[in-house]
Amino acid sequence: MPAPVLKLSHITKRFGSLTANDDISLELYAGEVLALLGENGAGKSTLVSILFGHYTADAGHIEAFAKPLPAGDPKAALAAGIGMVHQHFTLADNLSVLDNVMMGSESLWQPFTRRGKARAKLLDVAKRFGLSVDANARVGTLSVGERQRVEILKALYRGARILILDEPTAVLTPQESEALFAVLSQMVAQGLSIIFISHKLGEVLRVSQRVAVLRAGELVAQARASETTQSQLAQWMVGRALNPAQRHPAQNVGEAVCVLDQVSTAPARERLNEASLTLHRGEIVAIAGVSGNGQGALAQLLCGTRPASAGTVTLMGRALPQKPAQLVALGVARIPEDRHEVGVIGDLPLWENAVAERLQSRTFSRFGWVRRRAAYAYAQRVIEAFDVRGAGADAPARSLSGGNMQKLILGRALVHPQRDATATPKLIVAHQPTWGLDIGAVDYVQRQLIAARDAGAAVLLISDDLDEVLTLGDRVAVIHDGQLTPARPALAWSREAIGLAMAGAGKAIGQAMAGAGAGIDENERASA
Amino acid sequence: MRLEKRAQNSAIALALAPVGALAFTLLVSALLVLWAGAPVGQAYGLLLKGGFGSVFALSETLTRAIPLTLTGLAATVAFKARLFNIGAEGQLYVGALAAVAVGGLHGGSGLALPTPLLFVLMMTAAALAGALLLLGPALMKARLGVDEVVTTLLLNFIVLLFVSLMLDGPMKDPGAMGWPQSVALQDELTLSKLIAQTRVHTGLLWAWTLAVIVWALMRFSVQGFNIRALGANSRAAKFAGVPVTRTVVLVAMLSGALAGLAGAIEVAGRTGYLTLDMSPGYGYTGIVIAMLAVLHPLGVVFASVFVAGVLVGADSMSRAVGVPTYIADVIVAASLISVLVATSLTQYRIRWK
Repeated sequence: MPAPVLKLSHITKRFGSLTANDDISLELYAGEVLALLGENGAGKSTLVSILFGHYTADAGHIEAFAKPLPAGDPKAALAAGIGMVHQHFTLADNLSVLDNVMMGSESLWQPFTRRGKARAKLLDVAKRFGLSVDANARVGTLSVGERQRVEILKALYRGARILILDEPTAVLTPQESEALFAVLSQMVAQGLSIIFISHKLGEVLRVSQRVAVLRAGELVAQARASETTQSQLAQWMVGRALNPAQRHPAQNVGEAVCVLDQVSTAPARERLNEASLTLHRGEIVAIAGVSGNGQGALAQLLCGTRPASAGTVTLMGRALPQKPAQLVALGVARIPEDRHEVGVIGDLPLWENAVAERLQSRTFSRFGWVRRRAAYAYAQRVIEAFDVRGAGADAPARSLSGGNMQKLILGRALVHPQRDATATPKLIVAHQPTWGLDIGAVDYVQRQLIAARDAGAAVLLISDDLDEVLTLGDRVAVIHDGQLTPARPALAWSREAIGLAMAGAGKAIGQAMAGAGAGIDENERASA
Repeated sequence: MRLEKRAQNSAIALALAPVGALAFTLLVSALLVLWAGAPVGQAYGLLLKGGFGSVFALSETLTRAIPLTLTGLAATVAFKARLFNIGAEGQLYVGALAAVAVGGLHGGSGLALPTPLLFVLMMTAAALAGALLLLGPALMKARLGVDEVVTTLLLNFIVLLFVSLMLDGPMKDPGAMGWPQSVALQDELTLSKLIAQTRVHTGLLWAWTLAVIVWALMRFSVQGFNIRALGANSRAAKFAGVPVTRTVVLVAMLSGALAGLAGAIEVAGRTGYLTLDMSPGYGYTGIVIAMLAVLHPLGVVFASVFVAGVLVGADSMSRAVGVPTYIADVIVAASLISVLVATSLTQYRIRWK
């Protein structure tokens, strides 16, 4: 076997009592894609951060191209030919592609930037790896897939020969993912090496030659992609056998709970554009789409943080109130997309976060003063019922792991404030409820949504994860540019059709499917 | 070198942070004292004695701490909600002006109302004047996104010029030999002394009571939660149903009222009338005090006594050993920076390389 291009030896990193990386040794060879697989919190990001010089390892060392890589020095990592494509892009929206690519690689001391030279080099790199992009386009006008290409180009432009991609498909349509995989194989064919970080089993097997699995900071297994299976990988990843996600179709779909009729929101970065949708009691309606196509506007509309500019929204036959407190009082459970920035207030304790939505109600305040004992008791109930593991009700919410934070949000949305009440919410608006969670937490959240549906709630599930949409959704609609396709039974959609609708060919597909007579009657549900 | 978030914060480090900050401050200031050619030990001794060493020293310090406590509270309330009110100085002056307008001896007589009623009216007018002055910038921030740091800061100069206009015009004391000075407050409206033969007045009790009220409000009331939530994370607060505009308005009214009261209490307790040099920057020092108190209303009580003591002590120290009184500003500024660094170091560790 040839010498590895990258050699990690006995990397160990501790944060306090937590060992994020425990004696990890790993090698990367020229011309291969190595997938780094693991749940959230398994230590993938820490390992990559050490590799890229953001953290310094407590023990162990790294060699790149047979030379030792100085620890804790991102510039050295760049110079050694290691490039990183972050999950959240690090691009300036108001600058052109060329400016973004050049940024940081020009000397401050030269009087003028050498744009001509830079452009030629960029186009050369783009051509070599099949990454077509308009160098003059402003990044703000590009699609997510194109921005990702710019990020990759930026790394290649700086001479990266080892590319680290952090969950690159999380923001892409299936078609865009395929295009990315094609680019990756072209890069590998030209001798580059790629570390592909993911927790999606299917794409890991699809794209990589070798897979390394991390669990709780340890490297638990390495395997050739051709010699392993999804279930084997899943078992390594979580340390036990998992039942594959199964569909649990709705049994008792009832009357309409929430009706959107030709709803638009005011123009903004993303908006709704004459969207119509009906949510019934006891069903999950899942919305698929490339993120940024109006999902946020839809979720905010139903969460009371963004008004409709046209059209009507009704809840239980009455106009939807505009204020979050009123919505919560009417039985709308809200799970926002960004749990860290929108879901909880990180600096405030758990118990205050637990009652934050209902603090204006009589149950938890009187004459403007918080009823501390009642609030605290409710928080304890949420923590117990939803198994929120952390440092207790007085700890700041930011101390929670992502999964526990989501349990807290789910819990406060679903646990009724009166102790004996078993009332389920009328409507659950869940925006990316499982995003970034580990498999165990994903399973937990999904089960809770299904249980709430079976108890009679109407559930709107907005997700970028197509598998989740198709597994959980009783009916599925696709959102593109603020417009919704009609919601069709999940099994009536093919992956190709969804992909096309996500890319904007939704109307035609909707009509074609309507022609085929897709409805939501009970027979079809039964056959699902 | 760079900062790395600590995995856990130790309670001991949190407790030791202010102590370490103070030690560091004294060390840095000692260098300046040495540079001025004075013996460090003696200088600090004199400073301590001048600020806290006798009943008189302590009374002077507490007198100075009264307006500082109130402007410190004003900054604390506003900063907690991330409303950066730099305009406490102006709010203090309009408060003082309103107090004199209601309680002053205009034409030798003033308003003919029963004293208690007039007193309440005077304080209400001062609080309202300060509150209204901050309301504009707060609404502009909430509705239009106008930076309140700029608007509140610039309003200070407008207010000072307006006060100057009033003191040279309608509210000028005819008996002040041409000095720009307001008419005096009615005698019955002035605050009584806490300790005979000193200047410390019952305004101290007002200030401390208000500190406790503000603390209770922030900690136990729904509005207090709204304020803290809005400051900690405005998007999450909005999502949870905190009425954003209403809360910003409330914070502005509260903060402006506290600063306005500082002006009224200063007039009623110490000077008896309003001049243009009544406040040596109490509004700005209030910001320092709020930061020193890490935005804790009860911490403001202690921080303002500390700062006032340094200011008063440095006066007498400079007379004795010839160190410029500006050393007080240096000590206060250095302690602010040290506290900020020390509190960050409890949450982050420095990694060299």
